[in-house]
Amino acid sequence: MSKKVLYSYTGIFDTPDEVTHAAEKAVEHGYTKYDVNTPYPLHGMNKAMNLPPSKLGYVALAVGLSGALGALLSLWWVSAVDYPINVGGKPFFSFPAYIPVIFEVTVLSASIATVLAMLFFFFKFPNNAHPLHATDYMKKVSSDKYGISIQAEDPKFDESSVKNFLESIRAKEINAVYWDEEETAHNHKILEPKFLTFLFVVAVLISGTTYFTLNKLMNMLPFNWMMEQSKQSAQQKSLVFEDGFGMRQPVNGTIARGFLPYEFKGKPDLAGEKLVNPILVSKESLKLGQAKYDIYCSPCHGYHAEGDSRLRGQFPNPPSLHSEKVRTWGDGRIFAVITEGQNIMPSHSTQLTVDERWAVINYIRALQRALNAKESDLK
Amino acid sequence: MSSVDYTQELSVVEGKQALRELDDLIAKPLETKPDKKFYIALSITLSMLSLLVIGLGLTFYYGIGMWGNNNPVGWAFDIVNFVFWVGIGHAGTLISAILFLFRQKWRTGIARFAEGMTIFAVMTAGLFPLIHVGRPWLAGYLFPYPNQHSLWVNFTSPLLWDVFAVSTYFIVSLIFWYVGLIPDLATLREKTNHKLKKIIYSIFSLGWRFSNRHWQNYEMVYLILAGFATPLVLSVHTIVSFDFAVSIIPGWHTTIFPPYFVAGAVFSGFAMVQNVLVIVRKIFNYEHIITIDTLEKMNKIMLLTGSLVGYAYAMEFFIAWYSGVEAELFAFLNRALGPYAWAYWIMIICNVVSPQLFWSKKIRRTIPVMFVIAIFVNIGMWFERFVIIVTSLSRDFLPSSWAYYTPTLVDGMILIGSFGFFFTWILLFTKALPVVSMAEVKAVVDGAQPSHKDN
Repeated sequence: MSKKVLYSYTGIFDTPDEVTHAAEKAVEHGYTKYDVNTPYPLHGMNKAMNLPPSKLGYVALAVGLSGALGALLSLWWVSAVDYPINVGGKPFFSFPAYIPVIFEVTVLSASIATVLAMLFFFFKFPNNAHPLHATDYMKKVSSDKYGISIQAEDPKFDESSVKNFLESIRAKEINAVYWDEEETAHNHKILEPKFLTFLFVVAVLISGTTYFTLNKLMNMLPFNWMMEQSKQSAQQKSLVFEDGFGMRQPVNGTIARGFLPYEFKGKPDLAGEKLVNPILVSKESLKLGQAKYDIYCSPCHGYHAEGDSRLRGQFPNPPSLHSEKVRTWGDGRIFAVITEGQNIMPSHSTQLTVDERWAVINYIRALQRALNAKESDLK
Repeated sequence: MSSVDYTQELSVVEGKQALRELDDLIAKPLETKPDKKFYIALSITLSMLSLLVIGLGLTFYYGIGMWGNNNPVGWAFDIVNFVFWVGIGHAGTLISAILFLFRQKWRTGIARFAEGMTIFAVMTAGLFPLIHVGRPWLAGYLFPYPNQHSLWVNFTSPLLWDVFAVSTYFIVSLIFWYVGLIPDLATLREKTNHKLKKIIYSIFSLGWRFSNRHWQNYEMVYLILAGFATPLVLSVHTIVSFDFAVSIIPGWHTTIFPPYFVAGAVFSGFAMVQNVLVIVRKIFNYEHIITIDTLEKMNKIMLLTGSLVGYAYAMEFFIAWYSGVEAELFAFLNRALGPYAWAYWIMIICNVVSPQLFWSKKIRRTIPVMFVIAIFVNIGMWFERFVIIVTSLSRDFLPSSWAYYTPTLVDGMILIGSFGFFFTWILLFTKALPVVSMAEVKAVVDGAQPSHKDN
């Protein structure tokens, strides 16, 4: 018995008035390490115990303000710096639209922080090993009685004087409360095998479920329906069509836009007679013709159509387009050469669309006229 | 002449109860085995819940095409139910936070239950945005987190505000509820002889020991939480209303929406709390804790918020005419006289006309009548959301795309199922936790507080 360590002396009261009075007396007596236990908060008890005001308001203020500021900064960074989204031309940093989110973050952070601070820093919970637990005293003050407990660590604590004090304030059921022997004798070590095993199991469970969820579960039915669509892909065998082709042929005789078949294959002179340039000379068509000429024609014929390109000196030399022959050719004849090629020049029908070929011809005419200007051009 | 003495506060708990008797009474449902009636009730709610499971299964398997939603009514039962259930939750926070700030002692008997209802209602509401997006397993993308796509959410969208508002609301309500439960769990811990229950109560009461040094901080935290929850609850339905008001659909694009939605939410929430409490006080014999006076006060709040909602309906019409915007005026005339006129007039009768009966004191204090009126209010408030969402969408600016919305069977299953989900939680709650706060009720019993007279 002597090994038992005393925690406190407790006394019970029947009415709130008595316990308030007892608290006042305890203050008068100079006790500091004492506590009053009541089933519900009593009005005026804080004053009777002479307690300073709770400091939890400061926690709420500090965390709430930093939550608000943090939310504002992260919204600004996300919406105006890292990932700006243009919404109807409004500014990327649009403060009024951020207010709802900032408000919610403020409330959330402050509420959580205040409650956690109260439970884990102010009260040092969870604490089910406190000596007052599992006593008759606790059973009573948890329901309908009011109690006072004067702790052994109080500098003024002395067994007999405390007992006398409790009797003098007419407390009932004055009892000593001892620390639990098992609890005090037990040395809590962090590196206990049991605790380490527990940590290990928790770690394995958490990492295992995370891995399973992210890498396995998300690829299982019904979570990958986006990938499992019942549709016909290109080059896939079709079960719907008789010929088994997934891709369909166009209807017979269909002609794609801009791909009219060329009628004068092998008959360049006839083309020169029959074909008419449908593209009128305009700034746009000359610009287009120049661009295409510079890409496809200038490597041989030169930028000025004089055959003066870097390929000059090879056999056969690329011809000048300023020759009498070419100048007198009709547009259709040149079209035939571009479309079919001539001698060593290959066909350009796959590089240039029909319209682009005509535009190139217009540009060639402009180049020819630049070297052989008529009298009228000078006026 | 009435002989009410207004200088004295009326007692909240009838009769001078011994504190231990109150404990026993409140803890009784937790200490006794559930009776036959409980199982019958549970089987009903579970059958309703199974409808939800089937409806959601069909929706997930075949897709959202199982619902009646189609162009132009892209929001229908899913969003109607969401707004309805979020609104139900608001009464709980109003009772626990706003009435706490106003020092309304009568709230103590009903606060715990109303807070529980808040949590379950928000859980029910939370189902709907998830299933509404069609692929609920991808809902994580609603939250801004640094991801490998280096994508962020659009913080200027009301739908995103909604995600923040509803999740904050749920978490803060849960914290508020849990903080209130800690002393009661400690009382139960001391009371029980059951070994397993003792362990569970010990874990969740965290070792609470009723110390006044703790009570002092505890009361401060409760005050701070109430202070936060009050603007929070107003913000939640405000933001829900922004989902509509920020758009340009005629009938949605109005500035009256935030206060109008908040009033409507409190209105329907109180109706639901009253409905359920009328049953609870009868079954668990809490007539002297949840007194007829308390119910009367709730009916008065319903009368007030119901009149506010009625005022908002009228004001909407006035502004539609006064604005001179043809599309707005049409939208409102179409509500009252168009193809959905039946829904509109159900709403008006249930929400505006029926609560006016509460002007009579006799009706306010007659349980069967007030119960029926509250049911009407809930029906009316559900139809209010239906009217706002469906009529506005079905006929907007472009007459060529007008269409009539008809819900499907699956829509109905999910609606009924959501009630099953909610009431299953409620039933489990009544048997798992004290539905009345012991510490708070004991603190307001006559003679529970010191008289501060010299003895």
